[in-house]
Amino acid sequence: MSIYMTKQETAAANAIVTDDMFLTTDMPTTAGSKMLEGYNSLFEAEVLTRLKAAGYAVAGKTKVGEFGADLLGETCYFGAEYEGEALQYPAALAVKSGDAKAAVVLDVNGAPRRGAAQSGLTALKPTYGRVSRYGTIPVACSGETVSVVANNAADCREVFNAMAGHDSKDGTALPDSMTDAGKAAVTKKNKVVVLSSMLKGTNEEVQAKIAAVTDNFTKNGFEVVVADADTVAYAGAAWNILMSAELCNNVSRYDGVKYGYRTSNYTNIDELYTNSRTEAFGEFLKSAILFGSETLSTENYKKVYDKALRVRRVIRDNMVALLADCDALLMPAVSTMAYGKEMVENDKYLPYKENFFTAPASITGLPVVVAGGVQLVGNAFSEDLLLDLAELV
Amino acid sequence: MKYETVIGLEVHVELATESKIFCSCSAHSFGADPNSHVCPACCGMPGMLPVVNRRVVDFGMKAGMMLNCDINRVTTFDKKSYYYPDLPGAYQTTQWFAPVAVNGRVDIETSAGKKSVRIKQIHMEEDAGKLVHDISEGTTHVDFNRTSVPLIEIVSQPDLSNAEEVEAYLIRLRTLLRYAKVAECEMAHGTMRCDVNLSVRPEGSDVLGVRTEMKNMNSIEAIKRAIEYETARHIDAIENGTEVLVQETRRWDDAKGKSYAMRSKETAGDYRYFPDPNVMPVVIDDEWFNTIKASVPEFPEVKREKYIAMGLTEYDAERISESIMLCECFEEASEACGNPKEVVNWITSDVMRILNAKQMTYEMLNLDNKAFGKLIALTMDGKISRANSKKILSAMFDDRTIEPESYAEANDMLIGEQNDELILGIVKKVVESDPKSVNDFKNGKEKALMALFGKCMKELKGNCDPQQLKVILLECING
Repeated sequence: MSIYMTKQETAAANAIVTDDMFLTTDMPTTAGSKMLEGYNSLFEAEVLTRLKAAGYAVAGKTKVGEFGADLLGETCYFGAEYEGEALQYPAALAVKSGDAKAAVVLDVNGAPRRGAAQSGLTALKPTYGRVSRYGTIPVACSGETVSVVANNAADCREVFNAMAGHDSKDGTALPDSMTDAGKAAVTKKNKVVVLSSMLKGTNEEVQAKIAAVTDNFTKNGFEVVVADADTVAYAGAAWNILMSAELCNNVSRYDGVKYGYRTSNYTNIDELYTNSRTEAFGEFLKSAILFGSETLSTENYKKVYDKALRVRRVIRDNMVALLADCDALLMPAVSTMAYGKEMVENDKYLPYKENFFTAPASITGLPVVVAGGVQLVGNAFSEDLLLDLAELV
Repeated sequence: MKYETVIGLEVHVELATESKIFCSCSAHSFGADPNSHVCPACCGMPGMLPVVNRRVVDFGMKAGMMLNCDINRVTTFDKKSYYYPDLPGAYQTTQWFAPVAVNGRVDIETSAGKKSVRIKQIHMEEDAGKLVHDISEGTTHVDFNRTSVPLIEIVSQPDLSNAEEVEAYLIRLRTLLRYAKVAECEMAHGTMRCDVNLSVRPEGSDVLGVRTEMKNMNSIEAIKRAIEYETARHIDAIENGTEVLVQETRRWDDAKGKSYAMRSKETAGDYRYFPDPNVMPVVIDDEWFNTIKASVPEFPEVKREKYIAMGLTEYDAERISESIMLCECFEEASEACGNPKEVVNWITSDVMRILNAKQMTYEMLNLDNKAFGKLIALTMDGKISRANSKKILSAMFDDRTIEPESYAEANDMLIGEQNDELILGIVKKVVESDPKSVNDFKNGKEKALMALFGKCMKELKGNCDPQQLKVILLECING
């Protein structure tokens, strides 16, 4: 069962699930890590409070890869979910099985989008700052966004509208006036641009999805053009740097002193820190911590971290320029429509490779929908238009 | 060989805002129970997000203006990572890339003359908590009351040359920041802390010597002692090769009068600074900038000269301009009563006496200055006796809402205008009841008159203009 902490039996009509990155006061929040096993928060995530006020009930929580950083979700301390040979995305299972109308999840590194693409569901990662992150486990704060996975665009829209909006408890939440102005500036162009540079490494099945979606747009009277935009292909590399650095800093707080896992094997404070973290964190997370720490060192900051920040700006400028005269940038969400067990286990770098596809929207904060197994990245504040497009594919 | 000492200071000052820098917890927990001023945000719990307290930026900007700095109109917050149990998030949010104020100047004066000390930058940051060691239990406890209390760090250029200059600089900083009302700057309370970066080189050399940083000095006197000691240690090492100087952080032990190595540059951690993605850049627009600019007070020298022009002695002008609270008291009371010289007499006598008796500093002065001015005017007009006005002033220290005239009336302290007859009646009664004193006075004993005067005043409950009483008393005695 994908929901490993069922709080209550809830009528599916208004049931949602969250992933284990959202703080709840009636269930533990573990972020998929031994470090936070049994951790009970003192407060609740803002979006859950809003959704409950809007009549939704939280049926339970779904598993995430350790601290949500692993795009595949395979590194969950409480076990990965396989169906046959294929690695599943637990939140998508909850939606597909009918246990929940939608899953409200934290998109740190694209996991919800790969899950929706491979499960044939619809996902929306809104414009950065449109949904409060208050009460989500912080990992890569400059890009992670509260997102929705549901059976269709209508359900995504409904849940998104119930949770979006300014929150004074989140300094990065956009003021409503800015959102209103941004939404007013969105105009429909009836044009979609396929980014050819993003097709690299995809298999035939994925390319067929792109072709099918393209056909649908053409049939619906859209102009479809192909553009190269090769800078976008560097988003994965840049995001891996930024995400790892922020992750390294954000998980530093788990030191065994105040809460979370504490080793029984220590004689002084340094051993308490080191052994608690060594025993509680998994290998993938440790490698991200080491990599992130290295990118921020005095020696590397300028040539690695600061450069990644500049690359981020170039990519965003490039994508925003392309979006000036189209509705969405069409690109794959994954390289393959299923990750087999062997593939996952033989390639420890797979999560880093696969975010080649999801990183452009993560690094730029632009909104993106997944529908028909592909991604449509839109202009800031164009969630409504993107969901309209999702209904066409 | 002659040597010169090169000193730069890093001064941490706690800003006197009501709440902490990124949450709404009270920033004032001096003497409070451990962990009574905390929330999930300042405890670094996952899921809480920092929201910048705009008052902190107000105060940071104002401090920058007091020290003649350029204000960065886009100022950003950054994360500084290190592990220590008093730092709950394992990072401190500070300003590394674009601090609020840069390129300033503080002018000081010592026995050697005037000097300008350049300010490299002022950055805003959050304080850490405190570790409390229980020696009997062998345990250490953490108190997070102080975490996220706002600080500014004022970084000087290495422009200071000796302990006397450092003292003058610190006192000047304290005066200016207190003038701006942004900080208490009390080293004994830890609201002002100072790290000393020091190196020694042959006089005239343009190459800097090996630099050490000293921490843990709890008073200006301790800082001076630490500088003397450290300078001598460096010279001894250079001249006599007693030890090899290394770039390191040292801890000052004031009881022993020595500094000890804490950590060397090699073992110091890499703080891995990077922009905090949860705190948006703070954009200071013209309106905000100008509002703060308009709130910057006149400097002490300007006030001093102004007071001298108003007729105060140099000595009094100096004393009043020492504190912005005395300045405000003096200026507002003078405006209310129209007699600055009288006001300064009251301040330097009664006000200072009461402050002293209550063990209050000038900065704690909390009088309604206008009411104080009215009290002086009423006394000068003979409507309240001097003795009673002192009592009223004392009451005004405890209750800002006291209006002197109505208070005097309610407490039988107001001298009526048409009461010569009443006074005469009482004087007659006293004179008749004490013929001995009357005779003594008539026989040349001046003191006898004072005894009679005192008796009359007591009967009148002090509600009498002393001059008026004296005239009536003499008339009565002399028939």
